[in-house]
Amino acid sequence: MNEQSNWLAACRVEDAIENGGVCVKHGEDQIALFYFTRRNEWYATQNECPHKKQMALSRGMIGSTTDEPKVACPFHKKTFSLSTGECLSGDECAIKTYPVKIENGTVYIGTTPKS
Amino acid sequence: MKEPQIIVIGNGMVGYKFCEKLRSKTSSFNLIVFGEEPRRAYDRVHLSEYFNGKTADDLSLSTENWYQEQNITLFLNNPIVKIDRGLQKVYTASGLDYHYDILVFATGSGAFVPNIPGIEKEGVFVYRTIEDLDLISGYAKKAKTASVIGGGLLGLEAAKALIDLGIEKTSIIEFAPRLMPRQIDAAGSDMLKSKLADLGLQIHLNKNTTSIEGDGRITALKFSDDTALDVDMLVISAGIKPRDELAKACGIEVGPRGGIVVDQKMQTNDPAIFAIGECALYDGMIYGLIAPGYEMAEVLAANLCEGEKTFTGFDMSTKLKLIGIDVASFGDNFITEPDCRTIIFENKHKGVYKRINVSNDGQYLLGGILIGDATAYNLLLQTSNNRIVLPENPEELILGARGGSEPAGGAGITGLPDGALICSCEGVSKGDICAAVADGSCENIDDLKKCTKAGTGCGGCLPMVKDLMTYTLKSQGKYIKNVICEHFNYSRQELFDLIHIHELKSYDEVLDALGKNDGCEVCKPLVSSLLASLWNEMILKKGNDVAQDSNDRFLANIQKGGSYSVVPRVPGGEITPDKLIVIGEVAKKYNLYTKITGGQRIDMFGAHLNDLPVIWEELIAAGFESGHAYGKGLRTVKSCVGSTWCRFGLHDSVSFAIRIEERYRGIRAPHKFKSAVSGCIRECAEAQSKDFGIIATEKGWNLYVCGNGGSKPQHALLLATDLDSETCIKYIDRFLMFYIRTADPLTRTATWLNKMEGGIDYLRNVIINDSLGMAAQWENEIENLIASYKCEWKEAVENPAIRKRFSHFVNAPEDKDPTIEFVEMRGQKRTVEWKTV
Repeated sequence: MNEQSNWLAACRVEDAIENGGVCVKHGEDQIALFYFTRRNEWYATQNECPHKKQMALSRGMIGSTTDEPKVACPFHKKTFSLSTGECLSGDECAIKTYPVKIENGTVYIGTTPKS
Repeated sequence: MKEPQIIVIGNGMVGYKFCEKLRSKTSSFNLIVFGEEPRRAYDRVHLSEYFNGKTADDLSLSTENWYQEQNITLFLNNPIVKIDRGLQKVYTASGLDYHYDILVFATGSGAFVPNIPGIEKEGVFVYRTIEDLDLISGYAKKAKTASVIGGGLLGLEAAKALIDLGIEKTSIIEFAPRLMPRQIDAAGSDMLKSKLADLGLQIHLNKNTTSIEGDGRITALKFSDDTALDVDMLVISAGIKPRDELAKACGIEVGPRGGIVVDQKMQTNDPAIFAIGECALYDGMIYGLIAPGYEMAEVLAANLCEGEKTFTGFDMSTKLKLIGIDVASFGDNFITEPDCRTIIFENKHKGVYKRINVSNDGQYLLGGILIGDATAYNLLLQTSNNRIVLPENPEELILGARGGSEPAGGAGITGLPDGALICSCEGVSKGDICAAVADGSCENIDDLKKCTKAGTGCGGCLPMVKDLMTYTLKSQGKYIKNVICEHFNYSRQELFDLIHIHELKSYDEVLDALGKNDGCEVCKPLVSSLLASLWNEMILKKGNDVAQDSNDRFLANIQKGGSYSVVPRVPGGEITPDKLIVIGEVAKKYNLYTKITGGQRIDMFGAHLNDLPVIWEELIAAGFESGHAYGKGLRTVKSCVGSTWCRFGLHDSVSFAIRIEERYRGIRAPHKFKSAVSGCIRECAEAQSKDFGIIATEKGWNLYVCGNGGSKPQHALLLATDLDSETCIKYIDRFLMFYIRTADPLTRTATWLNKMEGGIDYLRNVIINDSLGMAAQWENEIENLIASYKCEWKEAVENPAIRKRFSHFVNAPEDKDPTIEFVEMRGQKRTVEWKTV
């Protein structure tokens, strides 16, 4: 992981949706935050689906294929890896992913993308 | 040592396929491609889909990074202008030169433009590239009439495109006495012509265009028979002309009527230079189809890698859908008596024409033509290509077996030899497909497409590929199970029963008890639907909201741009003036676009996620409830006005429609289902196009089932006649529960019935005669669902935890999504287009 200098306090752990996503406002930007309770993992990605440029990934269903955690865009069900951002269905370009950390019940997102 | 350098001139479909084939065999060779068009190779076969909403990106054959990943240098917008064979160099339009060790012409073809006086006028186009299409669609905006010169395959495609562009009067001008002169005979052409005429296309045969009239821009066409036709625009589609000018200029041998002469290895008279695709002339013939082009690419790629392949001509059989009409020809389609015996079937009422040519001894199928119904094409083609001995009554091949029942699906394919070519685009045989299934590497169609490439070209062979897969799996004694996904090793029907038996109430419980890992976007909505069909609990409770498809999750339909639409239930389409006013007021207050739906209700579009609860609060206060337009369940029960007003009406269709809509509202099913009630046989409510439809008779109601509109319309079939209202409802109860319990995921009732062994007769026996002994249980189950109905929007707005989820930003709950944009149109708003090019 790269060096993070800017951590955005996104929300409280209890505001996040279990096994689902919420959208975090970051200035003009939107970041999708996923609380994958079933795996006890947190992920953050860009909220925009690159396929039709819709701000929608936070409203997508999450799940896994083999062991890869993924999110499916609600518009056309394009799926993306939550860990690498890679598109798992078809040829869309990868999405940005961000590091997440939890401190004292607050969820922080590192605003410099991992990739 | 330096790698030998291959230069490919042309980046069309065949040029691209050559690169793909070569790179799949070897990573040696420096590969450089020069394209004259501004974009990467795209699917020219499906070019007309560009007018039906497909973008240039959708049509593209590769991703942006593909060439780089494959270590291929691609130059676009940069045609080669000169070749020096002595120096083995090509010179580009941009002024650079490159050395080649091997040079490949994949320059394709251009439109053949006949030398008609006035051809240069504004408003005259060719139909060949995406750029041509852009020019045509720009000009079509101000055109009311258009003509296409050329009644061949491409000409008909172009005519369809003009109709799609909204040109009111489109005509086709063909020099020959029939349409598609290379594929079909006169009788087939007559049939096709009358079907096209039904669609509003004017067809002029035997017409020789002598001049194009107009002052600078086209206004009319004149013909050799002294007639004329006024037109605003013209598309020329009179054939193709091989792009051989570059080859000719550097002294490579070309044919007298064009085309770069090649041998069986695609080699020209210069041993370092090859040609493939529509620019190549093999044995005096240009192959203007995609499959032979791909075969040439394969032959060349294989030989460059020290393989031994030859091109020896290609089967020119084709099957296509023109403006919704099947047209196919195969084998020797024009052979006539006394060299063969023909069997012809013609049904003018349905617009079907079928001709097969059988050898004089009755043993073999030589070729044929199919218009209007080409379902038998794959099997006929295989029978002809593989010289399979015909059955005693070869007419059954085009008529189906006598006696009403369809011939078994596997009966035809089992007789094919292993060498039978199933996918001619990718050259995949029956043996290849069966072997890939038999060795266990492919058990579904996606795997099969990936590992054999079968069905990835034109897709026409896919039904047969699927049948072969099923047949192979069955012959191995494998129980073919429609498992849901990698997380559940069950079919939908099995999972339904298991959830019932174990009394599971949430997605997580089901996954823990019956599945594995984390679930996915396939099993989550499916399980959620089963839970709803079984228990009818509020679908957003128990953490189930994240296991719902996005429309169900927010109880509204997500629209382009990310806003939602709102549809309150209007049972039977009956609404009071006061309620109409409320809808108008709510729409005004929240700035919503309003439109009457096909199901007799009002849809309000453009609601922000944050506004949905307040909008519904107001609607509920005025007596509305959820219309479930977002759910896989009952949509509407449409009705005509019936006997209360109509002078023809036999019964009160509105009251019965309301009763039915209120009975089944909110019930979740494998797919959406619709209904309608008509008050007399005039059928104004269109009940025969619904999942179940009711039509009043003198004595009661006729009940029809398993129809649908949509992309594959199917008429509903008559289940029972002259029913009283109670019996009618009882039958619908049983029908719906049978469907809910047994249909595959996302299967409408029509498809469900189509797959049912025994069809409507079996269904009737189950519903009316209770042949499965399930009627009492089903009636009981549906009573429970009906009794537990609650308006889920009412529950949502009253539940603070659920309501909280209707905000766009978790860290700024009051803020709406600022990226949602609208523009004005006809005094209302509409959403902006997709932001992609």
